[in-house]
Amino acid sequence: MLYFSDLLQYSDVFLSALKTTVELTVLTTILGVVLGTVCATVRQYGNRAGQRVVSVYVELIRNTPFIVQLFFIFFGLPAIGMMLSPWEASMIALTINLGAYSTEIIRAGLASISKGQIEAAKVLGLNFRQTLTRVIFIPAFEKIYPALTSQCIIVMLGSAVISQISVQDLTYAANLVQSRNFRAFESYLVTALLYLGLSILLRFAFNALGKRLFAYRTSN
Amino acid sequence: MSLVNLHQVHKYYGDHHVLKGIDLDIKAGEVVSIIGKSGSGKSTLLRCINGLEQYQEGGITVDGKEVTTEDIQVRRLALSVGMIFQNFNLFPHMTVGENVMLAPTIVLKKSKAEAEATARAMLEKVGLAEKFDSFPEKLSGGQQQRVAIARALAMSPKVLLCDEITSALDPELVGEVLKVLEQLAKEGITLVLVTHEMNFARDVGSRVVFMHQGKVWEQGDSKTILSNPQTDELKQFMGAVL
Amino acid sequence: MIEFSNYDILRNLLFATQWTILLSLAAFIGGTTVALTLTAMRLTRNPAMQRIVKVYVELFQGTPLLMQMFLCFFGLSMLGYEISAWGAAILSLTFFTSAFLVEIWRGCIDTLPKGQWEASRCLGLSFLQTLRHIILPQAIRVATAPTVGFSVQVIKGTALASVIGFVELTKVGTMLNNATFEPFKIFTLVALIYFMLCYPLSLYSKHLEKKFNVSR
Ligand SMILES: Nc1ncnc2c1ncn2[C@@H]1O[C@H](COP(=O)(O)OP(=O)(O)O)[C@@H](O)[C@H]1O
Ligand SMILES: [Mg+2]
Repeated sequence: MLYFSDLLQYSDVFLSALKTTVELTVLTTILGVVLGTVCATVRQYGNRAGQRVVSVYVELIRNTPFIVQLFFIFFGLPAIGMMLSPWEASMIALTINLGAYSTEIIRAGLASISKGQIEAAKVLGLNFRQTLTRVIFIPAFEKIYPALTSQCIIVMLGSAVISQISVQDLTYAANLVQSRNFRAFESYLVTALLYLGLSILLRFAFNALGKRLFAYRTSN
Repeated sequence: MSLVNLHQVHKYYGDHHVLKGIDLDIKAGEVVSIIGKSGSGKSTLLRCINGLEQYQEGGITVDGKEVTTEDIQVRRLALSVGMIFQNFNLFPHMTVGENVMLAPTIVLKKSKAEAEATARAMLEKVGLAEKFDSFPEKLSGGQQQRVAIARALAMSPKVLLCDEITSALDPELVGEVLKVLEQLAKEGITLVLVTHEMNFARDVGSRVVFMHQGKVWEQGDSKTILSNPQTDELKQFMGAVL
Repeated sequence: MIEFSNYDILRNLLFATQWTILLSLAAFIGGTTVALTLTAMRLTRNPAMQRIVKVYVELFQGTPLLMQMFLCFFGLSMLGYEISAWGAAILSLTFFTSAFLVEIWRGCIDTLPKGQWEASRCLGLSFLQTLRHIILPQAIRVATAPTVGFSVQVIKGTALASVIGFVELTKVGTMLNNATFEPFKIFTLVALIYFMLCYPLSLYSKHLEKKFNVSR
């Protein structure tokens, strides 16, 4: 038998955990995409050394598990003198992780902008920064927006792992509750559904945001 | 006796009434050219005849048997109706020979040797015997379309449907495909072709069907109708094409 | 306290790597099998079947892999189905892998022109014959690179099995860390081993993709 009513008394725990997960998600999504944009720009238009550094960063992150990255940052870095709280370590790990994936995605977007566009901007007298922000970024992001936002959702779901360094997120709450009332199945099921709701909600939010960001297509 | 018969065929895409009561009767050995503006329902008509599209009212028979989109029915239908598409639709992962041999071996269950003999004969007929082992991507558009014709012929269909089969070709390649069609017409194969090649329709075709707004607007003997169109719509259409 | 030399650490990690590889293989095989079944269900064009596949994908792509593992491990045993960490890890990784593969393959099949289906139909091929002779051979060519690429995600996914106590590379890493208090060294080594497993696959996937793009 399933007893979901046993979970009701823990609704406060779940709510505050939900808040933690959402806060971290919003923060790391913004930071990660900014990091990815910078790295992708360097990778696409930067000098040889810059490109090399970005490549190494991207490949290292994409080819190792997030949980190991998290443990390295949380347990490993203090050993060389960098103390971090669980929350800080999680935020850094998530940002670095999303940064690497979004670098790849955004770079594909940048690569899809034709040379002609860039040359036209040059002829018009725009400098490099203006060309980037006015001519390249918007169509490039529009092209990769679906891939980028799915990646953000994947990273949000991956954040479940930060419970392992005692950040009090949704997964932490699930573990806590099931250890108190021994209703593991119900507790995890409810938490899984909360994550599902969160990912559906995020998708809606991203779609709505996308409509606004790329409104120039439909207006006029 | 009629080979293909359409009786009051109506076809809708949702609310969009595309075919509005088509009556058409095609006898064995006829070469029927279907002409008309883009969007008048020519492709839809062909796709209803070979069971790719479901029609909502009326009836279609091929060789006396009713046409539906039921899978089994379409497969039986494929034995009497061949289809050539505007963009060839060859199978890119197979050689020319394999393209032509596939259906005879797995649908007609012919032996490999027999299928190969047929395939070579059909490729010979379209002038591509030496391309048996090439892959489609190595061929020009005109050659690909001729392979598609050979592939359809290998099933020895009673009627061959062609939907604007020269429209995707470079102008200099159109001739080689039309020549093959002309050859087939001479051999007495029944052809139903949607085409914009008015000269071909006049000189090779036996009948022209002019479609307008989902209806057979005007039809008749190809030479008469093209030199002496009756309706304003056909006059206008011919003015635009010529 | 036992002293661990560098040699001991490496030996233990490499031994554990075998379990990571084994778990990855099992999950990949399980995931491919289930994904093939789901793809077949999707291709039947039966609306009920397609809905089932859609919900399946939504469910397993929309929830954390870690949560799926907890549900399989703690959840199932609480419901009275005894399951080992190894079994729970394989089960949840199979769900995870298949949910992503079925979507990847869907993209591959959908890129094939509709004309391929129509031409086959007009030649009298049945649905299964079309699938076997026309669609699958082409789809497999398109799907190989992204499938190899996804195997990297599977290997990385196995690291989460450490959380439910399955002793693989990450778990042995945390155990060694608790014994040696040398987190920097240990987690660097663990990360390097994962990198050496994953990076060749990433490269191979990129290579396949290039080869395919040139050939068409
Ligand atoms: N699959 C479809 N769904 C909806 N409408 C369609 C579809 N195919 C064709 N149509 C519509 O049916 C009409 C006839 O199309 P078609 O038979 O392709 O014309 P033609 O071949 O004469 O150019 C057009 O208005 C077209 O937009
Ligand atoms: Mg048409």
